[in-house]
Amino acid sequence: MPDEIDDSFLALPLARLADAALSRARDRGARYAALRVQRVRSGRTVVYDGALRASEEETETGLAVRVLHRGAWGFAAVPELTPESAARACDDALALARACADVGGMPVALAPEPAYAAVTWTSPYRINPFDVPDSERAELLSHWCARLLAHDSVAHVLARASAAQENTYYADLGGTSVTQQRVRVHPQVLAVGRHPRDGGTQTLRTVAPPVARGWEYLHGEGWDWAGELAGLPAHLAEKVQAPPARPGRYDLVIDPSQLWLTIHESVGHATEYDRALGQEMSYAGGTFATPESAGRLRYGSALMTVDADRSAAHGLATVGFDDEGVAAQSWPLIEEGVLVGFQHDRASAAQAGLPRSSGCAYAESYRHTPMARMPNVSLRPAVDGPDTAALIAGVTDGFYLAGSDSWSIDMRRRQFQFTAQRWHRIRNGRLAGQVSGAAYQAETTAFWSSLCGLGGEGTWLLSGADMCGKGQPVQASAASHGCPAAVFRGIDVVDTGGRDG
Amino acid sequence: MRGIQDVLEAALRHRRDADELMLIADETAAAHVRWAGNALTTNGSVRARRVTAVAVRHAAAGVHVGLVGHGGALGDDLPDLVRAAERAARDAPPAADAASLPAPWRTPSWAEPPGGTSADAFREVLPGLADAFAAAGRRQLYGYAEHRVVTTCLAASTGARLRHLQSSGLFDLSVRDGDESAWAGVTAPDLVKLDVPALAAELSATVGRPGCRVELPPGRYEVLLTPSCVADLMLHLYLAAGARGALDGRTAFSRPDGRLPIGERLTALPLTLRSDPDHPLLPCAPFTVGRGTDDLTAVVDSGLPLRPTRWIDKGVLTALVQTRHTAAQTGAPLTPMVDNLVLEGGPDAPSLPEMVRSTRRGLLLTSLWYLRDVDPASLLLTGLTRDGVHLVEDGEIVGTVHNFRFNESPLSLLARATEVGLPVPALPREWGDYFTRMVTPPLRVPDFLMSAVSPAT
Repeated sequence: MPDEIDDSFLALPLARLADAALSRARDRGARYAALRVQRVRSGRTVVYDGALRASEEETETGLAVRVLHRGAWGFAAVPELTPESAARACDDALALARACADVGGMPVALAPEPAYAAVTWTSPYRINPFDVPDSERAELLSHWCARLLAHDSVAHVLARASAAQENTYYADLGGTSVTQQRVRVHPQVLAVGRHPRDGGTQTLRTVAPPVARGWEYLHGEGWDWAGELAGLPAHLAEKVQAPPARPGRYDLVIDPSQLWLTIHESVGHATEYDRALGQEMSYAGGTFATPESAGRLRYGSALMTVDADRSAAHGLATVGFDDEGVAAQSWPLIEEGVLVGFQHDRASAAQAGLPRSSGCAYAESYRHTPMARMPNVSLRPAVDGPDTAALIAGVTDGFYLAGSDSWSIDMRRRQFQFTAQRWHRIRNGRLAGQVSGAAYQAETTAFWSSLCGLGGEGTWLLSGADMCGKGQPVQASAASHGCPAAVFRGIDVVDTGGRDG
Repeated sequence: MRGIQDVLEAALRHRRDADELMLIADETAAAHVRWAGNALTTNGSVRARRVTAVAVRHAAAGVHVGLVGHGGALGDDLPDLVRAAERAARDAPPAADAASLPAPWRTPSWAEPPGGTSADAFREVLPGLADAFAAAGRRQLYGYAEHRVVTTCLAASTGARLRHLQSSGLFDLSVRDGDESAWAGVTAPDLVKLDVPALAAELSATVGRPGCRVELPPGRYEVLLTPSCVADLMLHLYLAAGARGALDGRTAFSRPDGRLPIGERLTALPLTLRSDPDHPLLPCAPFTVGRGTDDLTAVVDSGLPLRPTRWIDKGVLTALVQTRHTAAQTGAPLTPMVDNLVLEGGPDAPSLPEMVRSTRRGLLLTSLWYLRDVDPASLLLTGLTRDGVHLVEDGEIVGTVHNFRFNESPLSLLARATEVGLPVPALPREWGDYFTRMVTPPLRVPDFLMSAVSPAT
């Protein structure tokens, strides 16, 4: 039943597991202890040129106990859902905390949070993707393939759809117990085109984002699939024959279907407080935004206002409570170009001297330790702002680019390079054909300082990533990013095709 | 408690309308600890179980495959899992690459119990870290240690009974001093003999090295790639070397006429890229294990015996990663993916220090990061240097350079490389959580293209 938590999850002995682990932790004097039971169901259907390539499904369930003991964290996860294994996991977590406390270091403190007893939250959807028979999933994707293959410009089509359902039960020593359910889907279609003479190939992918919706999304609720698929063959035909880009400085009109990823990498990750503290330095990296820079750092032009939230409708990071029992919130990260906030879990909020965590703790599965993960991070549109055509009309020499593709950013979230599904030349305010092999490179604050035009609400789109990696062992999370179309002045465009640039 | 083998045998007996049934069980025990700024940050002790059920049904329209995975305690769920896989095989349309399960065989270790590990694996690492933190002074240590033991058992209704125990140790350390940093990664079956204070001291000496900071513009430079850099680049090449993607026209191994480029010379150097399940340093599973179907593996191929495979032989492409379906389609030998990778040149290869000594002017790159596909048709990647770009002049390291962004293809780098050093076990830094069993040499590339300067330190 949509909007209700699965009975099969509620039938697990959740409260008894919590009692077993938490009473043990209380007896041993742990300052904080939490039991989490997490069930993740994931599925994937892949169809190539109308024929099924893969249809797969997996459900993983287990429990984890996390304790704060003698100033150090301890974590243990096991697959058995019995009170005995929950108590044993608690013992293992306590033993690890003691072993790590012996190595020394600053004791961990947690920002306080009110207790929420026996609360629930579910993400809205109409058709659970796991209720859709394999044959129906494959049939829809095959139909999409056939629609595209009817065009001469399309040589092959790879259509895939993935889905996930996460159920989490969280209970801690403070008296909080939360049961939640989230559902999301991610359909993608990749068309391969071949140059009519030299045989060289190009690919073009749909820009439809992953969303926290059910299978109804593939039927057109929340996305115009018919429209996007209808437009793809002509775009691909043009891309296959597109000449290389001439390197140089250009004004860029960036569609929200690409800009979301630049926001994710250069703003979302850069405002994670654990990065600012250096806790990701040996792996995912740090950030140029230092803890002291809040309220002072000029991040971008005055047009730039970025909010973090865990509440956007159909957002991938939208949730009722985080994996440390903190209620969902919304807060500003950048106001009129100035950095004003970071993303926190309870430990980093305490380190920052804040009264409360912003609720960013998340663990991919029961096997993973909760860590600070990105909420939805979105750029506000201009009030009564222009449409995309008006933004393009304002550019004499530049590009309009759409659809995220390749991305890479340095370990301080400064120098980056992005490509796009489509690069359209703009000459004198009009689109003038596609180019190939182009990428834009910039430094984060220089890029955002060059923001000189924002589209209105009509251009705003909530996109997102459902496979964002961070931490060791690495774990994936999902977050959405809304933004309008936007204009950036004088950005370096390079030709990646091996010609020095 | 019954062993996993008995559980799988019992589950096989629940087969009803599938013609063939295969069960793959992974039992994982892992422990990890992480540190930043000379203090431990997170840790964990994790046990996990996963069973993948694959039901195969032969019908008039073709071969139907149902794949359902179950992670968690086994309990009474396995009959349900078998039911679900059979239901999926009934419901799904025939799969393009589907076939009967491979011919059955047995590994001698089939009946042995699963392996384990715990936080005890760090009984030497933790005191070693405490000593290294105490000796760090103004330097800051960051890193991660993990020990993971995965026991995989594969049982099929056709008679296959296969077991493999994979023990993987990973240790990753960076040392920072102001704007300077150094990094080292270790890949080994376990971390028992690891001397943490010695490794920390070695890296500390690197960041403390006298010499100046040098600013250099983007452009082409002679570079020495460490074995870790080469491991990351070769891993991208390996993962792009599926015959499936080549036949689809999506990769650098695609040709306009649809043939595979087997037999094409990739480099004038006598470079060999190979895999060997019995490699003495980093052995891996002697059979295929696919828990899904993608460009490199087909789940119905699980259980195929693996043999030493040469992907590139003395500079010539000799094999792509094949499934039974792509091998049959192309007439090429069946060469499935193997879970380790070795790159080597000829005999008498120089060590990295010897290659530094014979460099007139060049850049020594410590590690690479954030490698991403830019153009799959040429395997063009973008990425950044990380934790140490050193200027070498007249055989000596004379300074430290800022980081660079580059756009390069591993295929093009192999073609342009002019010297291959001595291969050693090397951790591909970025994907060290996914594929850790690599033995790679340092490489000299005379004209590596640095596309932009990164100010990150």
